[in-house]
Amino acid sequence: MNLDWEPLLLTFQLASITTLLLLVISIPLAYWLAYTSLKIKPIIETLVSMPLVLPPTVLGFYLLLAFSPSNTFAAWLEEHLNLRLVFSFEGLVLGSILYSLPFMVHPIQSGFANLSNSLREAAYVLGKSKMTTLLKVLLPNIKTSLLTGIVLSFAHTIGEFGVVLMIGGNIPGKTKVASITIYDEVESLNYGLANTYSLILFTVTFAILLVVYLSNGGYLKLLGK
Amino acid sequence: MIKLNVQKQLNGGVSGKINLQIRTEIKRGQFVALYGKSGAGKTSLLRILAGLMQPKKGSIEVNEKTWFDNEKGINLSPQQRNIGFVFQDYALFPHLTVKGNLRFALKKNQDAKIVEELLDLMELRTLQNQKPAQLSGGQQQRVALARALVQRPSILLLDEPLSALDLAMRKKLQDYLLRVHQQFDLTTILVSHDVQEISKMADVVLEMEEGKIIKQGSPEEVFAGLGRLTLHGRIIAIEHDAELIETQLFVDVLGKTILLKATKNHKWKVGDRIAMNTQMIDIVKEI
Repeated sequence: MNLDWEPLLLTFQLASITTLLLLVISIPLAYWLAYTSLKIKPIIETLVSMPLVLPPTVLGFYLLLAFSPSNTFAAWLEEHLNLRLVFSFEGLVLGSILYSLPFMVHPIQSGFANLSNSLREAAYVLGKSKMTTLLKVLLPNIKTSLLTGIVLSFAHTIGEFGVVLMIGGNIPGKTKVASITIYDEVESLNYGLANTYSLILFTVTFAILLVVYLSNGGYLKLLGK
Repeated sequence: MIKLNVQKQLNGGVSGKINLQIRTEIKRGQFVALYGKSGAGKTSLLRILAGLMQPKKGSIEVNEKTWFDNEKGINLSPQQRNIGFVFQDYALFPHLTVKGNLRFALKKNQDAKIVEELLDLMELRTLQNQKPAQLSGGQQQRVALARALVQRPSILLLDEPLSALDLAMRKKLQDYLLRVHQQFDLTTILVSHDVQEISKMADVVLEMEEGKIIKQGSPEEVFAGLGRLTLHGRIIAIEHDAELIETQLFVDVLGKTILLKATKNHKWKVGDRIAMNTQMIDIVKEI
């Protein structure tokens, strides 16, 4: 049995980049959602949550349409930024970000919402800007939520299949991630190989989630004592 | 000198909505108590002063500087107002130590010496490396007070900071408050519904009801006439003294008999239950 590590590496690479970008995007988005009183908030919240209920193939299908080279915007992107978002790694990253967005935004948003308002107000009264307050008061106090968001997005990206298949295709080394490889191997009746890939994904995601629950439950701190 | 003239619709009160309408002046160095029932708008008034809540109309002027004026479009942010604020829940930063909380409050380039001074003044030295969660209510309150003073504000706002503490701790913190009020040359505004506390601390009381100031003056003036003690009892006998032309009511209160004078055309009868406040009772003898 000849195990090709490339799909696994690609999967973890995709998950790492997606998680990092998601963190950068989700902190301001979750902050806005937690504190805004604008009427448009429920609409944005709905959009953010859509990937939870929508079949990933739907998301993938629309992304495929939006970024197919026949589309004006996609053509412009390709011409001016040399960026092609279908059947490319960049496209996978974009798809994964949209697909895992609620997994990052929701924990962070509820983290903010659970903090007492007076914490923010105390910092403002002490002359601290909104930015300083966010970085030095709010974020340090929602570490658990941040960790939950990071881990869930990472694990969720590892597990994605539909979006990747639709806009990524199946190009070895570029878009052929582990979940698709498993499907491929099963189709070619290589059950042994499919099992190896599956077992690795199973173990890794189990370990990641276990770490979250251990740290959220305070078990790790107990071990440290 | 603080000149306040503000209006705002608030949610709350008995009727669901109250119209906050405040026009008052507070002199420099005064210790002012805001007194009144829950929902009277006391906390909202503090928040408006701090810039955490925006009035609909009016103006706020502090030491000849305009903080808020809706006509001129002026509204200083809380950051620009330089006031000390002690929140009801203390709002200590849970991830920082006691000292960290105080240091966080330092302005850019401010000398950190003040942190050390406050740690000593508020007797927090031994607790300086503890996190807020490890402290008792009274200790947290002292940290919150110390933190509010780090920037040497000229105005200190206190939103019922003592209400969650037991009596002994309250007394002690009242002394701390009085001490810093004088030492830091503060104008202090305290929200409280404890008459004793106010009588001990405040120079001026503003009594609020349904968003308006209904009484203003020294604690003696505002609280005069308040029946502070009410006794409940039952009339056990009524005697009419023809010689003195008066009627006496014998009232049983927890086994003691209290004698009351009643007017001639009273409508009491034996067995009635009555409530008396301290200004009308007169104990003549025990039976």
